[in-house]
Amino acid sequence: MFPAEVMFHGHAVCWVLGETLEAARLGAAAVEIDYQELPSLVTIREAIAAGNFLGSDLRLENGNVEVALAAAPQVFQGEFEFAGQEHFYLETNSSLAMIDEGGQVFVQSSTQHPSQTQEIVAKVLGVASHAVTVQCLRMGGAFGGKEMQSHGFAAIAALGTRMTGRPVRVRLNRTQDLTMTGKRHGFHSQWRAGFDDEGRLVALDATLTADGGWSLDMSEPVLARAICHVDNGYWIPNVRVDGRIAKTNKTSQTAFRGFGGPQGMLVVEDLLGRCAPLLGLDAMELRRRNLYKPNQTTPYGQPVRHAERLESCWSGVLDSGEVERRKAEIEGFNATHPLTKRALAMTPVKFGIAFNLAALNQAGALVHVYRDGSVLINHGGTEMGQGLHTKMLQVAATALGVPPARVRLAPTRTDKVPNTSATAASAGADLNGAAIKNACEQIRERLVYVAGGKLGISPQDVRFADGWVRGLTFGGETLTWEEVVSAAYFQRVQLWAAGFHRTEGLHWDAVAMRGEPFKYFAYGVAASEVEVDGFTGAYTLRRVDIVHDVGDSLSPLIDIGQIEGGFVQGAGWLTLEDLRWDESDGPDRGRLATQAASTYKLPSFSEMPEAFNVQLLEKAHEDGSVYGSKAVGEPPLMLAFSVREALRQAAAAFGPPGTSVDLGCPATPEVVYWALEKARAANHLSIDLSRVELSGM
Amino acid sequence: MSTIKVNGQNAMLDGVSVHTTVLDWLRDRGLTGAKEGCAEGECGACSVLVARPGLESATEWTAINACLLSVASLEGQEIVTSEGLGTSNDLHPVQREIAVRGGSQCGFCTPGFVCSMAAEYYRPGRTARAADRHDPEHGPNGFDLNALSGNLCRCTGYRPIRDAAYALGGPEAGDVLAARLSSPPPAPAVTRLAVAGAEFLRPESLDEVLEVLAEQPRARIVAGSTDVGVEVNLRGARDSLVVAVDRLAELREFEIGRNEIKLGAALTLTEIERRLTGRVPLLEQLFPQFASRLIRNGATIGGNLGTGSPIGDTQLALLALDASIVLVSRRGERAVPVADYFTGYRQTLKAPDELIRTVMLPLPLAPFTAFHKIAKRRLNDISSVAVAYALDIEDGLVRRAMIGLGGVAATPLRARATEEALVGRAWTESNVHEAAIVMAAEGTPIDDHRASASYRSAMLGQSLRRFYAEHLAAEGVSV
Repeated sequence: MFPAEVMFHGHAVCWVLGETLEAARLGAAAVEIDYQELPSLVTIREAIAAGNFLGSDLRLENGNVEVALAAAPQVFQGEFEFAGQEHFYLETNSSLAMIDEGGQVFVQSSTQHPSQTQEIVAKVLGVASHAVTVQCLRMGGAFGGKEMQSHGFAAIAALGTRMTGRPVRVRLNRTQDLTMTGKRHGFHSQWRAGFDDEGRLVALDATLTADGGWSLDMSEPVLARAICHVDNGYWIPNVRVDGRIAKTNKTSQTAFRGFGGPQGMLVVEDLLGRCAPLLGLDAMELRRRNLYKPNQTTPYGQPVRHAERLESCWSGVLDSGEVERRKAEIEGFNATHPLTKRALAMTPVKFGIAFNLAALNQAGALVHVYRDGSVLINHGGTEMGQGLHTKMLQVAATALGVPPARVRLAPTRTDKVPNTSATAASAGADLNGAAIKNACEQIRERLVYVAGGKLGISPQDVRFADGWVRGLTFGGETLTWEEVVSAAYFQRVQLWAAGFHRTEGLHWDAVAMRGEPFKYFAYGVAASEVEVDGFTGAYTLRRVDIVHDVGDSLSPLIDIGQIEGGFVQGAGWLTLEDLRWDESDGPDRGRLATQAASTYKLPSFSEMPEAFNVQLLEKAHEDGSVYGSKAVGEPPLMLAFSVREALRQAAAAFGPPGTSVDLGCPATPEVVYWALEKARAANHLSIDLSRVELSGM
Repeated sequence: MSTIKVNGQNAMLDGVSVHTTVLDWLRDRGLTGAKEGCAEGECGACSVLVARPGLESATEWTAINACLLSVASLEGQEIVTSEGLGTSNDLHPVQREIAVRGGSQCGFCTPGFVCSMAAEYYRPGRTARAADRHDPEHGPNGFDLNALSGNLCRCTGYRPIRDAAYALGGPEAGDVLAARLSSPPPAPAVTRLAVAGAEFLRPESLDEVLEVLAEQPRARIVAGSTDVGVEVNLRGARDSLVVAVDRLAELREFEIGRNEIKLGAALTLTEIERRLTGRVPLLEQLFPQFASRLIRNGATIGGNLGTGSPIGDTQLALLALDASIVLVSRRGERAVPVADYFTGYRQTLKAPDELIRTVMLPLPLAPFTAFHKIAKRRLNDISSVAVAYALDIEDGLVRRAMIGLGGVAATPLRARATEEALVGRAWTESNVHEAAIVMAAEGTPIDDHRASASYRSAMLGQSLRRFYAEHLAAEGVSV
């Protein structure tokens, strides 16, 4: 917290406490620091050139890449570097700490991971975990940015309260938050891909380098997930992926919705988009041919269960999106509009659900039933806008058979449910829902004896629904939930329970990179249509159609909200949000150049698709998860690849047929403009096959 | 005794400093609905409603960024926050529609959206439109989506918020806030707040302001505070004397005469947009692209000239329109052409004791105009480059050309070389192509986080080509 060496522009060297925000601001402004300037590495390329890496290298290998590439009729190679992303949760990092006369520290923190906040605060204060309680009421957005990054600010507040005995609040303003906290990792990739005569991928050899920033943070698991998702929804029999983490003098990059998955998947989607014209195939057809089919296995050895759902989602989008008709329309439009081009692209998502590290796949809950029949639930998950608490209320109400209004949810606290995992990996509802269900079932198991006794029926025949308790058969006596609860109290039956859940069947060898790290895969397909202006490269997103697999949805309103929000956030990463660092040798080298909302642009209303149709995949029950539901937080973000691929195709449409377009990322209007200018220039060149080679190698 | 009416209750304005924002003041009072998301008027999480003079009714509930305005500048005024619109047991129609449609996820941006949406809900001119009209920016209920252009949401992807906006009906009988529209807003209060060596003044008359300026030329003039507020919040600006001029009648003239249009410097961009009713097509095209509705509700045309930023979009339009600026001081008035006004980066001809009083647009207007803005984001973004055109083309010949450029030099710029390359020549593709090459070399654009210098240059040329494509009809047509 008080570094001897400043590792990045914005690294805090001291903290100033003040009676008012203004006083603290003036105090901080008065601090003078003598820096001794040291050499720095700002870009990922600089770090690679200098051999400056963090953590361990990883390798995933399956089949024989060299043999397959040597035998493949078509082999392409390329390079691709793409930027990270700022979380820009609307609520910046914030913590309020106080200490009572017994020395118990209480921290309210905007954190996805109260248990780890507690551990870090305890470590910083030199006390045991039981002396620290962390509470998170809710967050104003997090997206992974408060899984790890929030802890230090909580510790500063806790240290302040310990030193002064008074409550201390640490709240970053937007520029501080942007400057100080880690972001999605940007990546560099180099690849060779082999295709057979039908356009099927037979081999992929890739090196992924994540820009980790100055400290390790969660870069290793992020990289592991990137490597495990380089296949996205495509079966590639021979794979070798090397991964490493570049150490640069930037913020410590961290978790962000998708946790490396999007970066791995972007590599394969980019290469398919670039290779399709070179293979003489329509990109949509190329992608469909390569989709996983049932009984195929991922490169790390996990069977792709329910692979047929990829095809179901694909054909669902073809239907609901009227894709064939619109493709014909677009062709007609492009033929008559030299200055404007449209394109439609479809991309799939296959995303593994569970923490790669098996130990994290556990959760706890605490359910109290009070004498008046009201229910209070606690669980280890945190609410950041994803609707977790609403789903947890529904699970408790359903499991106990009471109306949702009878259930209240208490803030997430480490003294209620200990040793929790971060609310992350999309697994919040899966894990905590199962723990709540477990607690509720324990209570119900006790209550059936009470109710059975009062109703004069066998306990096995007692049913709870909508606040009523009755027998299995019609016509018998009916009790209210409250009557049963009251009777249970007088019979000295325990009316509360601690629930627990561990996800079964997971195993992962992190060194060999083999095993079955995921409980299941979430699937989805999106079709996006864009229109690109040939004068400027500016574009509009005309229509998006999505079919996504959430299992049996716990709450369609919430799930559709996650799909739409994830999609737009992904589109922001890929097309608009433009993290820029000062890479010059000037005095501001390493400074984040986009450190305010006025320079770092999020999607606004103008980026929303004009038509936005989201459907949940039907008949998608998932065995062994809470009421057949599936995780939804992260996977939809990656449906936005379809937007970037549509932009690539629209840029290509300015050139001769078969133009392969390299598209920078994010594909801002400027980037699209240069891509379409290049395509346009190709109209005037004779086709020279020696030029049909991807740049950069 | 200084007070502000908040949600119908008078609240004392004591204990505030000159630089305390409306947002911080509200939150200190326990009204924590409005939030700080960015502190620079970009995200709208701080949006609140202020009673302001209306056009179609005596008062209009006007949504503004509470993070940018000092609370002292609202003395005697009326504010409504999201708490004043409805409570969780008694939701306002706007809140209800957002809630039931899933328009609120983490909720941090929601109170701001609620206020921006409520302003449009109560706008008297909002009327239902024909259902078949293809206009993605207006709902069937007449809701103008631009009302939400200054609000950011990181969770929802906006679709449910748009659905909520388009589902709104009109205020019901007995709606207190709707009833409030028929009586005038509070008159501006003469304010003098002096705290800890800093002073906030809202004088009663222009003469008083000029007197203050003559004596203390370093006084900070504020109107909507949309620029100064950012300096205060993010860069720690703490001027010792702040003088508010936004409600001075002398600065709020609006007149469409035979030979000119007079725009008072303290008119907000929203007011000008709505009062001009399309009378100046170039400005009509510009306004929706200028920042956001929240900003336009506060920002004044005089303020935009006063900051002298090289990328203030109105300045280019005024260059193309050959406008002049009336500067006033105790020494008298003088009119300065906008073309001469900018002298360097954020430097102008305006003397420290002078105030911008009026902007004059000469009539008749050139018949062919356009405003092209190149930015990363279509709504609420700062221009990478922007171009304003006003051309006179007669019998296929360019008679006159006025082109304003932004984002390519330290000041807004007239594209003199391009104008020369066009004037007196036929309006043909080949001539325009030649001029576009000249235009691409105008200015001295730089590389920055918004765009590269080469893109900026390319966009200048592309802009002229587009202007030609849009005005092919002008070729050979007598106008």
